[in-house]
Amino acid sequence: MVAIVDYGVGNLFSLKSSMDMIGAEVTVTADPDLIRSADRILLPGVGAFEDAANKLRVTGLDLVVVEEAKRGKPLLGICLGMQMLFEKSFEYGEHRGLGLIRGEVRPIASKIPQGLKIPHIGWNALQFKGESPLFRYIKNGDCVYFVHSYAAMSCDDAVIAVADYGAPLTAAVADGNVFGCQFHPEKSGNVGLQILRAFVEYPTHA
Amino acid sequence: MITKRIIPCLDVKDGRVVKGVNFEGLSDVSSPVALAKYYSDCGADELVFYDITASAEGRRLFTDILCDVAKTIFIPLTVGGGINTVDDFDRVLKCGADKVSVNSGAIRNPQLIYDAAKRYGDQCVVISADVKRVDGVFRVFAKGGRENTGMEAISWIRHCVDLGADEVVLNSIDTDGVKNGFDLEMLAAVCDAVDVPVIASGGAGSVNDFVTLFSTLPKVDAGLAASVFHFGEIMIPDLKRSLADHGIPMRL
Repeated sequence: MVAIVDYGVGNLFSLKSSMDMIGAEVTVTADPDLIRSADRILLPGVGAFEDAANKLRVTGLDLVVVEEAKRGKPLLGICLGMQMLFEKSFEYGEHRGLGLIRGEVRPIASKIPQGLKIPHIGWNALQFKGESPLFRYIKNGDCVYFVHSYAAMSCDDAVIAVADYGAPLTAAVADGNVFGCQFHPEKSGNVGLQILRAFVEYPTHA
Repeated sequence: MITKRIIPCLDVKDGRVVKGVNFEGLSDVSSPVALAKYYSDCGADELVFYDITASAEGRRLFTDILCDVAKTIFIPLTVGGGINTVDDFDRVLKCGADKVSVNSGAIRNPQLIYDAAKRYGDQCVVISADVKRVDGVFRVFAKGGRENTGMEAISWIRHCVDLGADEVVLNSIDTDGVKNGFDLEMLAAVCDAVDVPVIASGGAGSVNDFVTLFSTLPKVDAGLAASVFHFGEIMIPDLKRSLADHGIPMRL
């Protein structure tokens, strides 16, 4: 069973529906025991980093997610959920993340040429940086759907794909059993569904 | 680089997709879920659902259909029509919509844009404007294009963007239904005035109209159309391939 962590941030209807579509057994939950008993974990998120990180901390689910990930349970963070995997974010101040992947989250404005619209919103091509089990059903150059104004930086070791927006932006990361997608696989058509399918099929040892 | 988007628009009334010419004389086309699935399969980059129902019962039916659509297809969905309050945003976002477009609701109460953007994020709020030339001036029309508000369109759109709208759908009433090309003059004026994505609507009649749109106005992000897609006059895979052949960035 896949647990989608429900900590009161954003709308999980499409993510749940996309998991149903690929035939995954899925539960949307804030129950620590259910998350512990799940085979794998999806950490979603939209909105502001500080607000989301606080909500996750208040529920105590941050500790559960970190514990389970460190036990080797496959974890996929999506959009803001991916940004929270990092050590810290500089979105309106400096805020601590879950620290599961080395690196930090900074405004994309600090990286891209002036004149490009922010947020980076729309369909953009994935450029693979090495192989990843997450990409076993898709190919280099496939397009996925992005909506973000901040991106993970100083995390080169973990980057498995970038998207070109005047400069390469971190699109997906992996460190062992911990994965993150800056884009929205649940809004990326069949390519997105195939990424979720690959995550669901990733072997779990926890 | 971000690709240009091709967006079919589905006007929904009493659970069915309809499309009018110049916003009048509506005719039934097809089932929203079936049509949405069809478009997603043939490469539409996003779908717009426009609720043109007036009754509360029709509104419930629309919301149910939206949920069915969002369970079936997994591309961005924008919803418009009958959006007058932040609760209306809530109602459609819960059903899987990603963006909500406001039109007459924002004309009545511009604060709606600010309130919704604050609560759900700027990227969620789309300003849709029906614009027509009156004595050489671009004017904003309300109520599905029937009522001249007297407001000058470019300053209205800029004001909406300042309030937090992160995307503009520009419907030219002058070119809508005429199938003789997008309103390039009107679009250029809007593109010059705002720095958020602009979606061109009204006037698409052929593949070439889209080629002209994106090559003439590189700042336009997307082209939206309804009947030419619904009646198969333009096939989306052919359209996207042709645009890519002309060097326009496309998701193929």
